[in-house]
Amino acid sequence: MQVYLDNSATTRLDERVFEKMKPYLTEKYGNASSIHFMGEENSLTLLKAKEQIGRILNCDHSNLIFTSGATESNNMVLKGVMRSNKDPEPSSGGGNHILVSAIEHPSILETAKQLKEEGFDVEYIPVDSSGVVDLTQIKKMVRPETLLISVMAVNNEIGTIQPVETIGAFARKKGILFHTDAVQAVPYKTIDIRGWNADFLSLSAHKFNGPKGVGLAYINRRVKIRPFMAGGGQEYGLRSGTHNLPGIVGMAEALRLAYEEQDEIVKKVSELSAYFWKRIQEEIEDVQLNGDLKNRNPNNLNIMFRRIEGEAILMDLSTKGICVSTGSACSSNKLQASNILKAIGLKDNDLNSNIRFTLGKFNTKEEIDYTVGALKETVARLRSFTPLK
Amino acid sequence: MALHYSKKVMEHFLHPRNIGEIKDHDGFAEVGNPVCGDQLGFYIKVKDGKLEDVKFLSFGCASNIATASILTEEVKGMSVEEAKKFDWNKVVKDLGGLPTQKVHCSILAVEGLKKAIEDYEKSKK
Repeated sequence: MQVYLDNSATTRLDERVFEKMKPYLTEKYGNASSIHFMGEENSLTLLKAKEQIGRILNCDHSNLIFTSGATESNNMVLKGVMRSNKDPEPSSGGGNHILVSAIEHPSILETAKQLKEEGFDVEYIPVDSSGVVDLTQIKKMVRPETLLISVMAVNNEIGTIQPVETIGAFARKKGILFHTDAVQAVPYKTIDIRGWNADFLSLSAHKFNGPKGVGLAYINRRVKIRPFMAGGGQEYGLRSGTHNLPGIVGMAEALRLAYEEQDEIVKKVSELSAYFWKRIQEEIEDVQLNGDLKNRNPNNLNIMFRRIEGEAILMDLSTKGICVSTGSACSSNKLQASNILKAIGLKDNDLNSNIRFTLGKFNTKEEIDYTVGALKETVARLRSFTPLK
Repeated sequence: MALHYSKKVMEHFLHPRNIGEIKDHDGFAEVGNPVCGDQLGFYIKVKDGKLEDVKFLSFGCASNIATASILTEEVKGMSVEEAKKFDWNKVVKDLGGLPTQKVHCSILAVEGLKKAIEDYEKSKK
């Protein structure tokens, strides 16, 4: 049996999305920037996709920029905003201070590191032991020169839902720009760009059963941003490069399906993960759920299996056909344990014993039953020879 | 990040040799990698200057388990003096290679064995 429980890494493309994309790979291959009829037809398709996405995300569709994915969007927003509004004239509203949460994805944290190297004042917002950003911390950290706050909507490792509504409202009141990386939100949390007072937002289609290699950045276009890709001037000059029309059409359809079927997906995934966690707790000793139990995406179970190492658990499960992920040091190129697990205060010995299971709409109860059986064997085997007491 | 473990590594990971404790051991050592947090416990039993038995316990990744496993297989029956000169490169070679970021596992395993031998030699004096 093959069981895919790594849906926060990527998801399977929905067949219905694939069907929508196909014509744009074969017959309708015109460049959306061309002015002949093939181009014109595709530029209308592009506009329709933006309008549709704009309605779903509750935003002005003319502020939507198509990118290759959230990594690009995050880079574009953080670097674009900071570099283009640095050392401003007095009272211009610029600054050089940026706040990012300590539990962001590497595409934010590494970008922030680069900005720091360029001389920007970068600070990290801590989280509490449940893995949630605390607004009172942000209130203490903001300064007159704070230009941008970036806090993700849902954490990718422990699934904790962040209070983006209150952070956005606070930032707007203070005149600080607010960005949120919302890649893990769809379809579990409704995205409301106007309601969240977000100036910027990032998405990747492949996280919600859409195609890889396409995403978007919502950009408040009243904010000055110098593009870092020079070229044909697509996307209001903010993102040059021929439009990935099959990808864009696929993303629009995947997003539509995700929210049209939201109730159904949330119900199914919540029930499956609750069942999964209940069985693990009942049938495997010395386990712990990392991150807030209630305030989390229903698809995420980040679980500590004490006294055994995460990469070994992952590899053992992998030989049984089960795909999961881990934040253990051994699994990373840098041999460093997960920043997020450190940020929520896990002790040294516990940092490397965690597995992230992320469910999706295609998972079944049979798959969960099979996984519990396999997991029991794996954990028992590895615990049979651990030196840890 | 894909690891691309060799078949041999996976085979030793899934079926580790000489795993467990030796209750009446002649030497024991526990080593840990401060970087990645892996830990190994090595037990040796010595008879007539030879490693009659070698066993280990592991809190570590697939490569940590596999390197210790193949090492115990290779040194079992070896004279203590020979075992002290054992080169970790041989472990990497005999496993059909290790991913670059995992080479340190083999160094840790050999260090564990050598410390268990030191423990034996100290207790002998």
